[in-house]
Amino acid sequence: MATIQVTGESEQHPDVALVASAVAGDVQAFEKLIRKYDRQIFRIAQHITQNREDAEDVVQDAFLKAYEKLSQFQGNSKFYTWLVRIAVNESLMRLRKRRTGKMVSIDEDIETDEGSVPRDLADWSPNPEQNYTQTELAKILRKTIQGLPQGFRVVFVLRDVDGLSTEETAEMLGLSVPAVKSRLLRARLQLRERLSRYFRSKKAGEK
Amino acid sequence: MTCTEFLALLDELIDGTVGAETRKQLEEHLGGCAHCTVTLNTTRKTIEVYRSNELYELPKSVRDRLHQAILARCKNGC
Ligand SMILES: [Zn+2]
Repeated sequence: MATIQVTGESEQHPDVALVASAVAGDVQAFEKLIRKYDRQIFRIAQHITQNREDAEDVVQDAFLKAYEKLSQFQGNSKFYTWLVRIAVNESLMRLRKRRTGKMVSIDEDIETDEGSVPRDLADWSPNPEQNYTQTELAKILRKTIQGLPQGFRVVFVLRDVDGLSTEETAEMLGLSVPAVKSRLLRARLQLRERLSRYFRSKKAGEK
Repeated sequence: MTCTEFLALLDELIDGTVGAETRKQLEEHLGGCAHCTVTLNTTRKTIEVYRSNELYELPKSVRDRLHQAILARCKNGC
């Protein structure tokens, strides 16, 4: 069933061949897929669970689940898209376990003052990094993004950090395309606003 | 174009998905609005700074441990 058909399609995604080999029992092919995507899966899991141990478990469980269901994988969607979808579900499950009794979904806790025009005018854009060490900067960025509602955070990470399309992000999260778009805009603006609090004051050399 | 209208198209401007006519209108607005210029610049920078800084490193030792654990179970047919 996993035979590779040579069709008219000239450009086949390299993952397709790896998946086919893995289905045929080549564990090394699967290892290549793990090496290729484990860091991204870990990052997404961290952003959702906010817990290192959980995120490590998610990496493990997501790949195992993918391996188990590999023969069901439909070649018409990207392997990575499919994998992230598994990882998002695993992450939400972990989160649910930690907050026992509380329902957790990607749809939760979304309420903001939509479309409000940002008020501050300080342009910190050229080089905010130069005032911080790598460690300080990473700390600020983590703290800032952790303050966003989870449903915004995940959309931002998939779209802007991972560079996936709106359609792919929608598919992974089971959201509509307009919902992804509206969350992305609000996530970007909220992050910008929150980062301004750090970068603006630092630039002015005050506080 | 008002600032609110500009903001509604901000993502498409950043992602480069606006048509030529809309782009022209957006650029016209930017020409006369320092506020939206700052918003555009700092939003772009926000994306860039998140894209270029890994917030959650996965150390090699942890990767190796995870790979081994996964592969050991795969070889046993999960
Ligand atoms: Zn404006």
